[in-house]
Amino acid sequence: MAKQVGRDQQGITLRGSAEIVAEFFSYGINSILYQRGIYPPETFTRVQKYGLTLLVTTDPELKNYLNNVVEQMKEWLYKCIVQRLVVVISSIENNEVLERWQFDIECDKTVKDESAPREKSQKAIQDEIRSVIRQITATVTFLPLLETACAFDLLIYTDKDLAVPEKWEESGPQFIANSEEVRLRSFTTTIHKVNSMVAYKKDSFP
Amino acid sequence: MAQFVFEADLHGLLKLDTPIPNAPPARWQRKAKESGPPGPSPAGGLSPMKPANRSHSSSKTPSRTPGKSGSKIQSTPTKAGGDRYIPNRSTMQMEMANFLLTKENDPAEESPTKKEQQKAWAVNLNGFDIEEAKILRLSGKPQNAPEGYQNNLKVLYSQKMTPGSSRKNGRYIPSMPDRILDAPEIRNDYYLNLIDWSSQNFLAVALDNSVYLWNNTSGEIIQLLQMEHPDDYVSSVSWITEGNYLAVGTSNAEVQLWDIQQQKRLRNMTSHSSRVGSLSWNSYILSSGARTGHIHHHDVRVAEHHVATLVGHTQEVCGLKWSLDGRYLASGGNDNLVNIWPCTQGDSGDFAPVQTFTQHQGAVKAVAWCPWQSNVLATGGGTSDRHIRIWNVCSGTCLSAVDTHSQVCSILWSTNYKEFISGHGFAQNQLVVWKYPTMAKVTELRGHTARVLNLTMSPDGATVASAAADETLRLWRCFEMDPIKKKEKEKANSAKSSIIHQGIR
Repeated sequence: MAKQVGRDQQGITLRGSAEIVAEFFSYGINSILYQRGIYPPETFTRVQKYGLTLLVTTDPELKNYLNNVVEQMKEWLYKCIVQRLVVVISSIENNEVLERWQFDIECDKTVKDESAPREKSQKAIQDEIRSVIRQITATVTFLPLLETACAFDLLIYTDKDLAVPEKWEESGPQFIANSEEVRLRSFTTTIHKVNSMVAYKKDSFP
Repeated sequence: MAQFVFEADLHGLLKLDTPIPNAPPARWQRKAKESGPPGPSPAGGLSPMKPANRSHSSSKTPSRTPGKSGSKIQSTPTKAGGDRYIPNRSTMQMEMANFLLTKENDPAEESPTKKEQQKAWAVNLNGFDIEEAKILRLSGKPQNAPEGYQNNLKVLYSQKMTPGSSRKNGRYIPSMPDRILDAPEIRNDYYLNLIDWSSQNFLAVALDNSVYLWNNTSGEIIQLLQMEHPDDYVSSVSWITEGNYLAVGTSNAEVQLWDIQQQKRLRNMTSHSSRVGSLSWNSYILSSGARTGHIHHHDVRVAEHHVATLVGHTQEVCGLKWSLDGRYLASGGNDNLVNIWPCTQGDSGDFAPVQTFTQHQGAVKAVAWCPWQSNVLATGGGTSDRHIRIWNVCSGTCLSAVDTHSQVCSILWSTNYKEFISGHGFAQNQLVVWKYPTMAKVTELRGHTARVLNLTMSPDGATVASAAADETLRLWRCFEMDPIKKKEKEKANSAKSSIIHQGIR
């Protein structure tokens, strides 16, 4: 217990902040996959995190895929070269994009490894993350039903001069043609700030 | 957490996607084996059609090789031995290809100012300079759900009536309500608690800015009060146990206390800063929950009524119930939390919850204590959750959870039969009676044409009144005691008391 208190008082470092944000993305993406029904709900299990009960996938392939992304995100967040993470949900049959979850990341580039840790309690950050995740859960009440079977894709906007690592390839932005947008809450670790929003295809009839 | 292990095991057993042992290899497996060893020339005794088949089967398996470095043109694995290129449409980056092909034409002709303008627009739209950004995508086909999986949310939200089970439930529950009362202007707000039934058989109903009392014995209707300001409305009503005082919570943060016999307001208690959506009595303590997430205890006998504040929710408190023995207060909020509060303060002088349950994924408005088992609580979640959960508040475990496929607005227990009833919203707007502890559905009561908002029970426990957004109140006679059984029960009760009397003498 004493160790935990000590860590809290130490404040947020660049590496710590990168970890917090990457972890948030991991749980956030799992929540989106569960709530939107991209994968069968039986393949999800409950874990306690941020003082909430969250659902994460047990499917090994998917877990692997997500872990790859999260590990890479951690690296890029640490180097402050990632600007946005997008979860694109598209229909399998015609590849039409139905929903787009966009997480904008603002990074304080002045922070380096050696800088003094910033003052912000873990609890405050946890509370903010909790509100965002709860909002993601609540979006099921207004997002249109995904009628067809869907697949998801993860896009990451990085700096132009970044060397594309193995396993990654360039892609288009995959915008939605006629979309409604809803801005969700944001949270900040004082080093990284994450803004969330969801865009969905407007219904064809008024 | 043991029940999750059980659940997981059960799901593992029911899933049929593990390969069947000792089965003959599937066609694709056989093909893979055939094309495994680097193909000799097709002339080696194979018919001309074979290479085509092989190429097809191997180009269908990009998902099994996620490690492939992405190039826009997928190179067919040469192990097939053929030199035919067969593209795979779904892994091609059509947009990217098109963009790259067409962009060669433009840049040279743009003037510098136009470029500046475009850049400014790009920054405005995207929040950063998009020319500076690269969009990356993890290659390999994105993981797909297993074949045959249909997004079950669609099934959920377009629930049709399922044919009832043929098993008789043992007693007759009329499927039509006993009575339908008109409730015009009732507010269609999930978070309010607008009806309550007193022990004196008066049903109090809040219709927008007035409260009406319906006398069940005589059938007459009295208008008790009307808010002074037309923009204000009544957000909750609750009878004191004895049935002579009615507590009314309003949208302007007041908690009013009315005397029914004199039809006069006794007290107007202000302590909240936002609307009071939930109320619950514990003898002389009235607890009120507000939109801020705070719960206040009011001692209605003294002038300084506000005796305690409970801070545990960050959003509106919509479910509030004292346990029948008065030891715990259960509160459910829009922040998906259920808090269990003790009746006395802790050492520090502050009230802190003895339990907090986070498992619900939606707002918790339905909160009900079991009358025959101490420390058992039932809670129901809103649209995002749709589950009913039964808890033991001492140990903090979830005894059982059932998916009701619909928003749960209210739960009531019945002592007459060991059952409870829940009220639901979209799509069937039904009331469901469940057997406890087996959690089997006894019956479903349909009739409302819009979502059910509140449930309350008559003092004799035989009738349940439901208020819905279709502006009606329906009275369902679902827990009527069999007259023979009723006599037996009364005999048993009186016998008990006489034994005690003898003992004392």
